[in-house]
Amino acid sequence: MPKTLIKIDWLTILLFILLVGIGWINIYSTSVTNIETGWFDFSEIHGKQLLWIALAIPLILLVLALDAKFYQQFSSLIYLGCLLSLVGLLFFGKTIAGQTAWYSFGSFSIQPAEFVKAGVALAMAKYLTGINVNLKNFKNQANALLIIGLPMFLIMLQPDAGSALIYVAFIVPMYREGLPDFYLVIGIFTALIFVLTLKFGFYYIATVIFLIALLIYFINRNKKPPLLKYIFITLICVGFSVSVGFIYEQLQPHQKDRFDLILGKIDDISGKGYNTYQGKVAIGSGGLNGRGWLNGTHTQGKFVPEQHTDYIFVTVGEEWGFIGSTIVVLLFVFLMIRLVFLAERQKSDFSRIYGYSVFAIIFFHFFVNIAMVLGLFPTVGIPLPFFSYGGSSLWGFTVLIFIFLKLDAKRMEV
Amino acid sequence: MRKLLPFLLVSLTAILFIGRLFYLQIIDDTYDQVSMNLAVKKIYDYPQRGYIYDRNNELLVANQPAYDVMAIPLQIKAFDTLALAEVLNISEERLKNQINKAQIYSPWLPSIITPQLTKREYASLQEVLHKFQGFYIQKRQLRDYQTSHGANFLGYIAEVNTLDLEKNPYYKSGELIGRQGIEKQYEDILRGERGIKHLQRDKFNREIGPYKNGSFDTLPQKGADLQLTIDIQLQAYGEKLMKNKRGGIVALEPASGEILALVTAPNFDPDELVGRKRSKNFTKMYYDTIAKPLFDRGLQAMYPPGSPFKAFTGLVARQEGVVDVKENFSCNGGYTYARGRRMGCHAHASPVNLISGIAHSCNSYFAQTYRRTIEKYDTPQEGMDIWSNHMKSFGFGNFLGYDLPVGRKGRIPDAEYYNWAYQYPTYKWYASATLSNAIGQGEIESTPIQLANATAAIANRGWFIRPHILKAVEGNIIKDSLYTTKNFTTIDEEHFEPVIQGMNDVYNYGTAQFLRVPDIEVCGKTGTSENFTKIDGERVQLTDHSIFVAFAPKENPKIALAVFVENGYWGARYAGRIASLMIEKYLKDEITRKDLENWIMTHSLEEEYAKPYSGEPFKINQ
Repeated sequence: MPKTLIKIDWLTILLFILLVGIGWINIYSTSVTNIETGWFDFSEIHGKQLLWIALAIPLILLVLALDAKFYQQFSSLIYLGCLLSLVGLLFFGKTIAGQTAWYSFGSFSIQPAEFVKAGVALAMAKYLTGINVNLKNFKNQANALLIIGLPMFLIMLQPDAGSALIYVAFIVPMYREGLPDFYLVIGIFTALIFVLTLKFGFYYIATVIFLIALLIYFINRNKKPPLLKYIFITLICVGFSVSVGFIYEQLQPHQKDRFDLILGKIDDISGKGYNTYQGKVAIGSGGLNGRGWLNGTHTQGKFVPEQHTDYIFVTVGEEWGFIGSTIVVLLFVFLMIRLVFLAERQKSDFSRIYGYSVFAIIFFHFFVNIAMVLGLFPTVGIPLPFFSYGGSSLWGFTVLIFIFLKLDAKRMEV
Repeated sequence: MRKLLPFLLVSLTAILFIGRLFYLQIIDDTYDQVSMNLAVKKIYDYPQRGYIYDRNNELLVANQPAYDVMAIPLQIKAFDTLALAEVLNISEERLKNQINKAQIYSPWLPSIITPQLTKREYASLQEVLHKFQGFYIQKRQLRDYQTSHGANFLGYIAEVNTLDLEKNPYYKSGELIGRQGIEKQYEDILRGERGIKHLQRDKFNREIGPYKNGSFDTLPQKGADLQLTIDIQLQAYGEKLMKNKRGGIVALEPASGEILALVTAPNFDPDELVGRKRSKNFTKMYYDTIAKPLFDRGLQAMYPPGSPFKAFTGLVARQEGVVDVKENFSCNGGYTYARGRRMGCHAHASPVNLISGIAHSCNSYFAQTYRRTIEKYDTPQEGMDIWSNHMKSFGFGNFLGYDLPVGRKGRIPDAEYYNWAYQYPTYKWYASATLSNAIGQGEIESTPIQLANATAAIANRGWFIRPHILKAVEGNIIKDSLYTTKNFTTIDEEHFEPVIQGMNDVYNYGTAQFLRVPDIEVCGKTGTSENFTKIDGERVQLTDHSIFVAFAPKENPKIALAVFVENGYWGARYAGRIASLMIEKYLKDEITRKDLENWIMTHSLEEEYAKPYSGEPFKINQ
């Protein structure tokens, strides 16, 4: 243990402490009203969050105390436990706001999905380090997909599309470990065609796809490209574009609204678009320096629902302005780049893959959450790591990141 | 290559986010005000509107509280609609309607359900209001008139309209603004300055405390009390005399230009435009296009001034040196100024000079002196302009610049006017063509206040102070040089005495010899002006307007006035009597000639006014 503490990457811990600390300061702002309340008032959310932060310390010590080999050896078991915890929700879970995502213990609840991410990352690292596992093989690809797919499916049952969406992040470590470019390209094109078709309708998009295909074929005509393959790919693209309407119809009404809002197809600042609009108003009013801590009129007026959880970045924007928001964004950027740096210096594949997974999970949360708050992405209810109120989320990310720090500290012992 | 993906993702995202933040927070400032409006509620603290007093410190206009019944739809709990409707004195259907409207406007913002309850309605409502959740009462100020006179110059207050909001950013929707008269003219002084309290509120519009501890709050500043130059007793008396007649009286204090009375008839009680009844009454008066109660005849009506104008014609002739005071002109029932063209005159002693010419109101005398004035110069154009400028120096032919928001220019023709009218130089015109000007007919038009002001200039022997109605603000006499400096006419002081003597002789042996005011030397001049109207597109002559100007006492005059009575026939008949009574009332404060007063009070011209609208042929000047 003392050895671990010497070798551990204190820079990451510093960034972690900064983010958690700044997060709490902003939660405090959304929580207090004009009435003087103590910092440690557990009936207020800032008091509760302080308790979660305090309790994270023994959790960190526990994570660091366990042997680095433990995580590798028991990863399958941990993964299995994760799946069971998700299955258990179907029977013992508590339903809050339509989502059966919590285990309730008296006055507080635990959201297992927040911890499952770490379990899946361990399992993925374990699987990909297996002998003869090569992501160029379709069979291995399918198995890796299954590792992600099972928890995703179980989380969709809650239903919590936002948390399930995060597992898309695993494409990043998989790509690092040799997943063909093809999948990345497919992913990007799928998203692009989906969004553009929703925005402009499939007549336009199908026409554009045809034109692009013709253009590419024409440019490459001297290389005698296989005509059939071209036609096949073009037809698949057009077919997908046509079926976008159908897929879209399968979405829940509120999900459709979120797409429509972000694409500017509906404009309803008092109803469906209320959150996004109020968030933008609050951030926009922050200006360069912000309105100052506890002085954001929108924050203090509690105009933005979920401002202490998913919309916590609104408070940063309003009260700390452009300078404060940029600093927070940069802190995240430093943390993520540090994590990638640490992952790349690992000697063991297991540690590297796990590190990449940690990076990818944090990145997706960061991207989806802030893009949503800034009105660049449809509303998806996922927390901002370290910032958003909630014990499960905080502990989930703490466990995720400190397992990696433990692995990193022991990287020379492999 | 594969190792670069994370860096690519992170850096692109960072650029995207920081760029977006830069746009939202630095470039795009549309959200700043939105945020302020949404999250900070401004509560206005309205000060008392200033009181209005007359020149003798008699209170004319005060304030009274009125009570609006408000409701916040979200907070309304099920209640007995019939019971509430009964207390509010409206139908149940209307109540439901109002609540629906409020709901549509905003479920969580207050709306007015019934405006402006009286004190008594409020008292009975207050006892039961607690039974109706979501309803509450908001107090506001209304004017409380202590007089039933002077509505024309007092004006009224009303809620601002969209035009006011565009023109003056000070006002917020639903606030009150002065309309017409004093209320409009001195709106800024009367209204004071509202105070503002900022309250932080949450998304449900609930107030959660003062915003930034009230550091942006301001205290209201009370509106200033105004003292008018009006003598409300004289005003009331004038309105009483003008009952059942149409026209105007303007009385001034010559030495100061202060307006003592500004009567228009028909008029209305200022209380009719207060509170809930305002809109109904206003609409009724607005659409009365025949009697036009909202039209201030004292300021806005343009009449041919008629014979009183002869005094000015005489003054100009003297100033131009074209006639001697003693020079006699004979008059045998008129003056033939061109072949077959004759200006008639009535029977009176002949010959006449300047003084007796005024006393007898001799048309011939003034036609000839006028002609001499114009013909003194080489061209009629030159003469006309000289004459016109003399007249304009008395305040005729342009806005007088008094401190009330309505007025008319009147008209004094000049060379340009006649050149245009006669299409000079294609056709030539001469003094004889404009001869009606000499006796205040023809192209000349004047408002009663212009004529009263010019009379004051005679009373002052050559100057006037711009008429004004504001005497003091918060007890401090106004010092505005606009209303304290003398405006000199183009006539030298020495020429006034004979004209004033003539006006005095009007009472001694002239056209108003039966209207003498006991113990007071009054100078006056009668006027009878022809006038026409259009009925079905045809020009029809109506009974003459009865006009009178006067000032008194002759030396050191205290009051100058002009009286117009529409279709009152000859000058001494109505206007002369009214002027005489007004002077006695103001200078002696009691009326000794009860029979004269009685005659005016009991004579109505309504029959006369109905004639043109009867659709039957009618006789005039009966």
